[in-house]
Amino acid sequence: MGKTVDGMSRAFAHLSDEAVVALIARSDEQALAELYDRFGRVAYGLALRILRDEALAEDAVQDAFLTAWRRADTFMPERAKASTWLLTLVHRRAVDLVRREERRRTEPIEAAGERAGEGPAEDAVWLRYERERVQAALSRLPDQQREALELAYYGGFTQSELAERLGQPVGTIKSRMFSGLGRLRELLAEPEPGERTWEPRPSTT
Amino acid sequence: MGTEALHDLTAAYALDALDPQERREYEAHLARCERCRDELASLSDTATSLAYAVDPASPGPALRERILSSARAERPNVVPLRPRWAVPAAVTAVVAVAAAIALAVWATSLSDKLDRERSHASAQERIAAVLAAPGAHPYGVPNGGVLTVTPNGEAALVLRRLPAARKGMTYEAWVAESGTPRPAGTFEAAGDVTAVALAVPVPHGATVLVTQEKDGGSQVPEHMPFITVKTA
Repeated sequence: MGKTVDGMSRAFAHLSDEAVVALIARSDEQALAELYDRFGRVAYGLALRILRDEALAEDAVQDAFLTAWRRADTFMPERAKASTWLLTLVHRRAVDLVRREERRRTEPIEAAGERAGEGPAEDAVWLRYERERVQAALSRLPDQQREALELAYYGGFTQSELAERLGQPVGTIKSRMFSGLGRLRELLAEPEPGERTWEPRPSTT
Repeated sequence: MGTEALHDLTAAYALDALDPQERREYEAHLARCERCRDELASLSDTATSLAYAVDPASPGPALRERILSSARAERPNVVPLRPRWAVPAAVTAVVAVAAAIALAVWATSLSDKLDRERSHASAQERIAAVLAAPGAHPYGVPNGGVLTVTPNGEAALVLRRLPAARKGMTYEAWVAESGTPRPAGTFEAAGDVTAVALAVPVPHGATVLVTQEKDGGSQVPEHMPFITVKTA
């Protein structure tokens, strides 16, 4: 995803995300800037989706990046993607904040996308591709599974709160989340319909 | 909570859908359960993909500097030589960093697995060296995969869910600069992830191709490439 906004971080443009985090573990401030330039907008978009409040979303992003700064030495590149690590921190922080603030809502927020088009073209294309891919996979989930995943991940509801809200036993909610996430994993692993696929035949797994 | 019940919390944990008490119990369990660490590794990637389904948005321009100046103020806190996964006790202690720690905990099990697979060590080490090389640049491969090229031109190709080649055929990689592509090694599909260290360097601006050729490979490509990745 290498993107740069100024000369400061240009030196890192060709590093993998994992290598950037390795530099952060050595207290390299420019590497932190690079990580922010790569993931700041995705992180903020996610936090805003959960928190519905620009100031709180910025707080969540700031806390998550500072946690990444402090904890980069615990990140193990051979074992996890840096993007998963960072966005997990962002998500955790946003969810903790929304539960504290009791501000969560589940309707889409229109204003969130207003400034979405500003990034460099390469970044926008990659993100649009990912967004469409994940949205398409989500749309193929059974409604109840999708609902459970969306309310949990974007709404910040715990499984017990979801059970109450949906009038179902906790075990049912748990199993919807488990099946939904497992199914989503399968769907995301499938070759793209309508795009070039591996020859000579699609994967059978 | 019983052990079986704790296994069942993996998806909810990956989605951050546990309350603080359940979260602590699950993390304590995670430190002891290899099965859950493996499962969480995979489900965390899937859960995080949901972050990309949201429209990205630009925070206020001041946020970047705010983060950097706060980080600057904290700089002396980093102690990189601390043993990395001596953390299970700490897992329950600090909620704000729990995710980072948990990822490190489940990650240790993957390392154990790698250790058991030393028969592939030399090829894997070459690939790992490419992936970890300073300045290595990743190029996305359509349909899942990445070509990584170091500044010296050493390259590794990692493909996801590549099906087996047709009967009597093998996969072959090529490096094309101008004119005829050079053969860069044959390989077979290997389940979920196929990783190949290319046999010839990839110069700047070259294109990496993959075709299917008859068993044993070929000196010139005789079939149409189904992967084409142009480097910068």
